[in-house]
Amino acid sequence: MGFSAAMLSRVPVLGSPLIQGNAMRSVDVAMKKQMADVALNAARSKGATYTDVRIGRYLNQYVVTRETKVENIVDTESYGMGIRVIANGCWGFAATDKLDNDSIAKATYMAVAIAKENARIQTEPVILVPQKGYGEVSWKTPIVTNGFDVPVKDKTDLLLSVNDAALKGGANYVNSIIFLVNEQKYFASTDGSYIDQDIHRIWPLFQVTKIDQKSGKFETRQSLSAPRGMGYEYLIPKEADKIKGVTTLYRDSYDMLEDAKAAAPQAAEKLAAKSVEAGKYDLVLDPSHLWLTIHESVGHPSELDRVLGYEANFAGTSFLTLDKWKSGNFNFGSKHVNIVADKIQPGSLGAVGYDDEGVESKKWDIIKDGVLVNYQAIRDQAHIIGLKESQGCCYADSWSDVQFQRMPNISLQPGTTPLAPADMIKNVEKGIYIVGDSSFSIDQQRYNFQFSGQLYYEIKEGKITGMLNDVAYQSNTQEFWNSCEAVCDKSDYRLGGSFFDGKGQPEQVSAVSHGSATAHFKGVNVINTARKI
Amino acid sequence: MALFSEDDCRTLMKKALSFSKADECEINFSGSDAGNIRYARNSVSTSGFIGQTSMVISSAFGKKLGIVTTNEYDDASIEKAVKLSEDLAHFAPENDEFVSFLGPQTYAPHSNMFDQATADITPTFRTDKVAESLQIAKDNKLTAAGYLQNSASFSSMMNSHGLFAYNRSTDASFSITLRTADSQGSGYSTKDYNQVSKLDTLSFTKTAAQKATRSAGAKAIEPGKYTVILEPAAGIVLLEQLYGGLDARSADEGRSFLSKPGGKTKLGDKLVDERINIYSDPSNPDLPTASWNGDGRPQEKISWIEKGVLKNLTYSRYWAQKQGVKAIPSPDSIIMDGGDASLEDLIKGTEKGILVTRLWYIRPVDPQTLLYTGLTRDGTFYIENGQIKFPIKNMRFNESPVIMLNNLDALGRPERTVSGESFQSALIPPMRIKEFTFTSLSDAV
Repeated sequence: MGFSAAMLSRVPVLGSPLIQGNAMRSVDVAMKKQMADVALNAARSKGATYTDVRIGRYLNQYVVTRETKVENIVDTESYGMGIRVIANGCWGFAATDKLDNDSIAKATYMAVAIAKENARIQTEPVILVPQKGYGEVSWKTPIVTNGFDVPVKDKTDLLLSVNDAALKGGANYVNSIIFLVNEQKYFASTDGSYIDQDIHRIWPLFQVTKIDQKSGKFETRQSLSAPRGMGYEYLIPKEADKIKGVTTLYRDSYDMLEDAKAAAPQAAEKLAAKSVEAGKYDLVLDPSHLWLTIHESVGHPSELDRVLGYEANFAGTSFLTLDKWKSGNFNFGSKHVNIVADKIQPGSLGAVGYDDEGVESKKWDIIKDGVLVNYQAIRDQAHIIGLKESQGCCYADSWSDVQFQRMPNISLQPGTTPLAPADMIKNVEKGIYIVGDSSFSIDQQRYNFQFSGQLYYEIKEGKITGMLNDVAYQSNTQEFWNSCEAVCDKSDYRLGGSFFDGKGQPEQVSAVSHGSATAHFKGVNVINTARKI
Repeated sequence: MALFSEDDCRTLMKKALSFSKADECEINFSGSDAGNIRYARNSVSTSGFIGQTSMVISSAFGKKLGIVTTNEYDDASIEKAVKLSEDLAHFAPENDEFVSFLGPQTYAPHSNMFDQATADITPTFRTDKVAESLQIAKDNKLTAAGYLQNSASFSSMMNSHGLFAYNRSTDASFSITLRTADSQGSGYSTKDYNQVSKLDTLSFTKTAAQKATRSAGAKAIEPGKYTVILEPAAGIVLLEQLYGGLDARSADEGRSFLSKPGGKTKLGDKLVDERINIYSDPSNPDLPTASWNGDGRPQEKISWIEKGVLKNLTYSRYWAQKQGVKAIPSPDSIIMDGGDASLEDLIKGTEKGILVTRLWYIRPVDPQTLLYTGLTRDGTFYIENGQIKFPIKNMRFNESPVIMLNNLDALGRPERTVSGESFQSALIPPMRIKEFTFTSLSDAV
C-alpha cells in the first residue's frame, strides 16, 4: 500500500497504540534472555518445531507545534513479547504485554494451539531456508546524539524558531514536528540466536500555509527534510550537505530553519503560479520527490509476498510475476535503471544488524541495467526463488504484530558519468522540474500511478522559466522506467523515505529509505488537477 | 486475558491519579483482546492472538501540558510514568490554547456494542469459518486471499476533576478477494459487525466468487466522464474524505474546502444535492458507538448535512470556546440516508454506466476542492440498458466527493460497510453518480 508523505495530519499524537519515550529505560539483556527461554521451552514442550521470540520496548517522542505555540510534548512507550511458532508445519503467533513466566507460557501455548488449528486447512507445510544461530550478539544504529537525550527545550526552541521564520516570511499558518523513534528489540530463536538491537530514527518536518484572502485560495509547502536512521545530529546543519539550486536541498543533515525561511515565499509563489497545460512533458525529478515513485513502482512490485499472492486481499499483487524474473530479460527500465536493495546503508531507515527472524543484513540487486534480476524475500519464501539463504527482509512494527516480508531500502543507483542537475536541465526542451513529494497513488498490481510534488518549475529550452501549479503526472511503471534518459552522478545522491509504509492484515507500518540522484524521464503524461466546487 | 471491567479500570486509574502532583491530571486507559486468521493462495498464511492495553497520562500545570503513554501497571511503573508526564509539562512552554480537562459528564446509556459470543470466539471457530470460505474458492476453481478478525475492547477515562467514563465493545470483520486461476478476474467482498452472528462469511465469499468469475476478460473503455454506481464499500472511501473534513478551525482559518473568501465558511450553505442527509447517531442499533469521546465529551445524535445543506462542523474544545459555540466532537459513526432501491434496482435503472465494487489507494490531490485520486478494483462492470453487459478494465479517477454528491442521480438502501482505507464503518447507500471523472486506464486485475 503506501503511507502518508503529508504526514503532519497523520502523526498519532494521542490514543495510538501505546508508548512513552525515556532513553533511561532499557531492559537488562540477561533478563530478556531468561524471558525468551521461557517461551522457547514452553513452545518446545507443546510440540513446536521452530520458535522465535521478540521482546520489544518501543519508544516514540513527538514534539508538536503550530505558529507560536507548543501543542503537545508526548512520550510513548510500549513493552511486550511476540511469540511465533511452527507446529504441525504451520505458523502460529501470540503476543502479550504481561511478561511474568506464567503469562509468557500461556501466550506461547496459544501460539502453538493456533498453529495446530490452522494446520487443518494448510495446503503445504512451511519450509524455512536454513539459518545459522549467531549466539549472543548486538547491533546499534550508529548515531552521534540520541535524540531522546536532547533536552525538550532545545526541540521546542528549534520548532518555534522555524515557525517564527515561516511567519516572518509571510506564511499564514505553520505546523512543525520533531518525531523520534527508538526500537529496543531482542530476538531469540530455536536456531540459537539471541540478538539485542537498539534502533534509532528521526523525522523533523513542517508545513506552511499561505492564503490569498481575496480569492480564498490557499497553498502549502512542506519541509524538504527526510526521515533518517540517525540521531539528533541530522538536525545540526552542515554547509557541505547543502545542494544549492533554484531551491536549497539537503543531503545528510538538515537546516530546518533555512528551509522554513524559503518555504513561505515559495508557498506564495505557488499561489500565483501558472496552472499547467496538460500534455506530455520531460520530467526532471529531484530525489526529494523521486524516492516516493521508486517506493511505489519498484519497491512494492518486487516484494515476493505480493508476487506470490499473499497480499492479494489488501495491498495487492504484482505485475513482476515469476515468469518475468525467470526469463532473465524482462525489460523493467532503460539501461540507466539500476536498483539495489540494501539493509546496511548507513543513515537509512531500513538499516539494521539483523532482521526480525534473525537474518544478518545484506545488499543485493533488484534491477540490473534495466532488467529484473531479483526480489525481496524472507525465510519461508527463499526456497521458492531458489535462494540458499534469506535476504533478511522480515519485520514487525511492534512486539504485538507478527513479522512478515517488508521492503528493505530500495534505491536507484547514481549514474557513472559526471552529471549535475543543472546540466541535466540544460538538455530538456519542454519539461517540469519537480521537488518534494505530495499526492501518490498506484494500482494494486503497480502498473498505473499518479504523483504530485511540492514545487514545480517549468523548463523551456534548457532553462527554468518559473513556477507551475496544479501538476500531477500519470504513467505506467514499465513505460516510465524505460523513459529514464539519465541519472545524475553520486555527488547528487540523497535519501528520502517514510516511517509509514503500510501493508498486511492487520495493517502494519515500516520505515524505509529510498535513495537516488536527480533523474530525467522523457515524455510523461501530465494532467491539470485544478477543479471548481 | 480477560478484559478490564469497569471496576478494574476505576481502581487502576484511581491509583494513577493518586501519584499526580499536577494541577490537573487525566488518564485514558484502553485495551483489547484480538484474534485473526489470514489466508492466501488457498491456504492459511499468518494468524494470531494479541492481548494489549495502553494508559495515556496527561498532566498539566497551568497551561503547560505533558503526555506519556505506558503499558506497565505495577505501582513503580505508573508512578514513574506520571512523574515523567509532569516533567514534560514543566519543560513545555505555556500554551494559551490549553483548555482544562472536563468535569463529570452525563452520558446516554451505551448502545449494545458488546456481544459475548464475539468476545468468546476461539481459534477453532476462525479456522472453521475459513475452511468454509476456502471450499467455495476450490469449488469455483478460484484462488482465495482473505482475513477474518475479531476483537473485544474496553475504553475508559478518569480525571482529577471527577470525570469517569467506561465502555466495552466487540467487533468481527471479514474481507475476501477471489481471483481466477489465470489472474484475469478478481472479486471482493467485505463486512464488519459488532456481533459475529451477523457475519455471514459464506455468503460474502459467494459474492466475491461471482464477481471474480464475471470480471475475467475485461474490455478497455476510453477514460472520461461516466455514470457510475458505487457500491457502499466503494462509496465509503470517498465519502469519508468529506465527513472526515468537517473541522471548523481549518474552515475558519481559510484552509479547507469549506472555507470561503474573507474568513467565512460554508456552514449553512447548500453544499451538495438536496437528497443528501448525513448524520451521526451513537444509539443506532445497526452501528452502535460510544456515548463519549476521547476527551470526555458526550457523543450525541447530530446532523452534518441536511437536505444538502452543511449544518454542523466539528470543534476542538479550544476552538469552540474561542468562537463561542458548542464544542461538537468528531463523530465515531456516520449514517447517510438513502432510499428503498436495492443495488439491483439501481442497475436496472441505468441506461449506460459502470458498476464499481471497490475503490483503492485513495489520496488527496487538492485540499481546496477536496479532489482525490484512486482506482477501481476487484469487479468493475459496464452496464447498458439496465443490465451488466461485460467486465471492464480498471481505471484511475480524479474526483471530489463534493462534486460527486452534486452529480447525484439516485440512492439505494443504506447498509453497514467498512472502509478498506481507514477501516472505519458507516451506514451508506449504494449511489448512482453522473459524470464521474476517470482519467486513465490501468492494466491491473
